[in-house]
Amino acid sequence: MTVTARKAYVGVPRDSLANFHGNQLVYVSWDRHLLFASASIFCVSPQMTFREFVENAVAPIVAPDPDAAKIDWHEVEWLKSNEPWVPDFARSLAANGVGHKDQIRFRTPGLDTLAAETR
Amino acid sequence: MDTPVARKKLGLKEKYRYLTRDLGWEPSYRTREEIHPYATYEGIKVHDWDRWEDPFRLTMDAYWKYQAEKERKFYAIIDAHAQNNGHLNITDARYLTALKLFLQAISPGEYAAHKGFARVGREVPGVGAQVACQMQSLDEIRHAQTQIHALSNYNRFYNGFHAFSDQRDRIWYNSVPRSFFDDAMSAGPFEFMIAIGFSFEYVLTNLLFVPFMSGAAYNGDMATVTFGFSAQSDEARHMTLGLECIKFMLEQDPDNLPLVQRWIDKWFWRGCRILTLVGAMMDYMLPKRVMSWKEAWEIYAEQNGSALFNDLARYGVRVPMGWEQGIEAKEHVSHQLMLGLYQWSFGTSFHGWIPSEADMQWLSHKYPSTFDRYYRPRWDHIRKLAEAGTPFRNVGLAKLCQVCQLPIVFTEPGDPTILCNRETVYRDEKYHFCSDGCRQVFDHEPEKFVQAWLPMPQLFQGTCGGGGIEAWMDWVNLKNGVDNGDFEGSQDQRNFQKWKGLAVSNA
Repeated sequence: MTVTARKAYVGVPRDSLANFHGNQLVYVSWDRHLLFASASIFCVSPQMTFREFVENAVAPIVAPDPDAAKIDWHEVEWLKSNEPWVPDFARSLAANGVGHKDQIRFRTPGLDTLAAETR
Repeated sequence: MDTPVARKKLGLKEKYRYLTRDLGWEPSYRTREEIHPYATYEGIKVHDWDRWEDPFRLTMDAYWKYQAEKERKFYAIIDAHAQNNGHLNITDARYLTALKLFLQAISPGEYAAHKGFARVGREVPGVGAQVACQMQSLDEIRHAQTQIHALSNYNRFYNGFHAFSDQRDRIWYNSVPRSFFDDAMSAGPFEFMIAIGFSFEYVLTNLLFVPFMSGAAYNGDMATVTFGFSAQSDEARHMTLGLECIKFMLEQDPDNLPLVQRWIDKWFWRGCRILTLVGAMMDYMLPKRVMSWKEAWEIYAEQNGSALFNDLARYGVRVPMGWEQGIEAKEHVSHQLMLGLYQWSFGTSFHGWIPSEADMQWLSHKYPSTFDRYYRPRWDHIRKLAEAGTPFRNVGLAKLCQVCQLPIVFTEPGDPTILCNRETVYRDEKYHFCSDGCRQVFDHEPEKFVQAWLPMPQLFQGTCGGGGIEAWMDWVNLKNGVDNGDFEGSQDQRNFQKWKGLAVSNA
């Protein structure tokens, strides 16, 4: 739908990829681990490997959770844009299809100390 | 000789008409359309502005008289408060967090409302509506100024108040109310009236006013209480204006209903989300609490709101689209946001803290089906980390909703263990939302919301001071270790305790 206006109304997106100086935004959240109040935003190079992303960007952020030490990154279940997804740790984010503003979620079934039982 | 006959005195209604409605005139140099270019573009049809019923009858002489009286009383009390170190009467210096949030998030909104009503007063062709909006515009700038004055004395003694104006524009949590008002101010005059006059100043007003003003009364804050009393009768006029706006639009033409309903849906949801800040304040920031956010929502939204929408049903209006989700949200949002504000307190110009065991027992009691199950385990773990000397700081910055701009702390309706993830692609660009409600707002006007100035992406674009976190703090005028972080160990805590001690001893 268009914005009702008296003349042509064109919105220029403020957060397009070109504005990030070669980097891109990626969001990550750990399902059922709401010690972290929201998903986290990362600004990283699309050429970063998925392994580097997980080890250097994501792992430090989730470290305060009591389950963090027990995460086996190769056993977690991943979702990208809310669909099941299998990343290749050796390849870059771009090669993995992780684009600007994509959201990655991961799950550790059975490992969710602070989470309540789902109703 | 003719006996001079005294002219009949004007009755009140006549006098009011001469001094307001009859000030209007039919233009002859320019057309009505040229003078009021925004009057019809939204699609609202008005056939007869004379059918506008004045929500209140004040002429300027009465207005100035009443308002001047309020100002004289107000400033006399503010002066006395300042001269008598009234700030030492607050229950606890934790209470100041509520005031800092108010000054940064709410007071600038009053100023925005002032501008918005001034504009609507200019743009609508009906003289009765013009007069009412112009008076509300004056009220709102008075509210902005009286709030700033009321809180200025706290600024002399405590941290975090000093840069409210810059911080309103620049700090992440303040982009929530800022974007709310920017959205309304950049809409047309009729949408503005539904957004602010009706939805905010009528439907949801008590959910802002009562928590802060009662919170002030319960916590020994005479300055803010005095503001509340000073503003109260203005607010009564605002409510009647909001109600008249919606009734007038619905009575003028049945074609107006779908548009009005869409605006009610949008602005109820935006209001619901912005009030999350108030929920966190009520449940966590008041040392002496008034009631729970859940209770406030039940009284002021569910009960009062239901009565209102029953009344409006005769026009074909239904309850806003997000009504049921608002009811479910009342059990959760205050906790979800406060946990966020605590873990990101390195970036807030107010202090956070871990609720005490007594605090948590109150929360347990007020939220019997949700607090112990979902939120206490997180607070308990946070306390453990603090006691171990590794206080929890989430250095992962928050994902924000494109529309309401809150960090997406909200969970899936029906499942409070999973964050709500909604996304859409518009013109090859991805956008994220906290809820179906916000996504729907975007879907109706994507070109408007793709422009949103979202604080975290802006930080990464380098527009917020250019560098990392230190440069950002400089840019938002936040003094690290002073304005931010935990209340425990803060300068505010130390000073308040010291000065209270000095006030009652001769040491």
